[in-house]
Amino acid sequence: MLDADFFRRWMTATAASVDREAERLTALDSPIGDADHGSNLQRGFTAVVAVLEKEAPKTPGGVLTLAGRQLISTVGGASGPLYGTLLRRTGKALGDADEVSAEQLAEAFRAGVDAVMTLGGAAPGDKTMIDALVPAVDALDDSFTAARTAAEEGAVATTPLQARKGRASYVGERSIGHQDPGATSAALLVAGLAEAAGE
Amino acid sequence: MSDGQLVGIVLVSHSAEVAASVAELAKGLAGGGPAVPVAPAGGTEGGGLGTSSELIAAAAASVDRGAGVAVLTDLGSAVLTVKALLAEGDELPEGTHLVDAPFVEGAVAAVVTASTGADLAAVEAAATEAYTYRKV
Repeated sequence: MLDADFFRRWMTATAASVDREAERLTALDSPIGDADHGSNLQRGFTAVVAVLEKEAPKTPGGVLTLAGRQLISTVGGASGPLYGTLLRRTGKALGDADEVSAEQLAEAFRAGVDAVMTLGGAAPGDKTMIDALVPAVDALDDSFTAARTAAEEGAVATTPLQARKGRASYVGERSIGHQDPGATSAALLVAGLAEAAGE
Repeated sequence: MSDGQLVGIVLVSHSAEVAASVAELAKGLAGGGPAVPVAPAGGTEGGGLGTSSELIAAAAASVDRGAGVAVLTDLGSAVLTVKALLAEGDELPEGTHLVDAPFVEGAVAAVVTASTGADLAAVEAAATEAYTYRKV
């Protein structure tokens, strides 16, 4: 079973990898976006770790809803409301149980990803974070490691795609050949899950 | 529902200058009617380009007179942040609506309509209708 501490470790691990990869995320965002993805997410996840330390929510759902709110209020770019909604909806779906099973997490994460698709209007193949998250959700039924691999492969697979959502869609065919920064950071989030599980 | 109160208008842009200027423009074009509560929420709190949920929530609270609040946005994270705040439930005043409208033309239509004492639905409809105004 997964307790609040597991979910805190998930957020901390993600914050650390976002920190590590911030320059790369911003570099990926430069040719097709507005070159702020790494710094935006870095600010967001740093604030998430700080608020989790301060308020120390006692339940898995509490950790994720607080983290989601914090991302919405601190990121400043589209990734804030998108990742914020992902975590908040996942957290809400987990309810107020003290511990949840991996199956419950997989189910809740699916609800979170669905909410992101509704909010942003993106579908698989649009060259967005969805291209990493949907394969991850599908693989989450097997293991956290399988989800991590699926998300990483999904992110790499965005390279030949043409962006159809967000600012990158304005550069049209020139978005082809660049790995999507949102899918890349989404893979970091899923990798954080495997890390929290010690996998 | 409005009890003679005016609908509030919030203008959310990635740029503080754009939001403030469009607010001035819309108020200027509304003429001499009652002063519509209009608040810009532009850029990040640090003054950069982007969207701030704090600035949006503060702007919405500042224009809420109990008759509803119409929020107009430019694009991308401005739209998504307002949607996320609305989904949150308690971040924005009751009766806050994200209006599907062009930013400049919609803001003018919304403020002019609100200055007549129209309700939120009429303000929203006027702003959305601004999409149908063709220029060529």
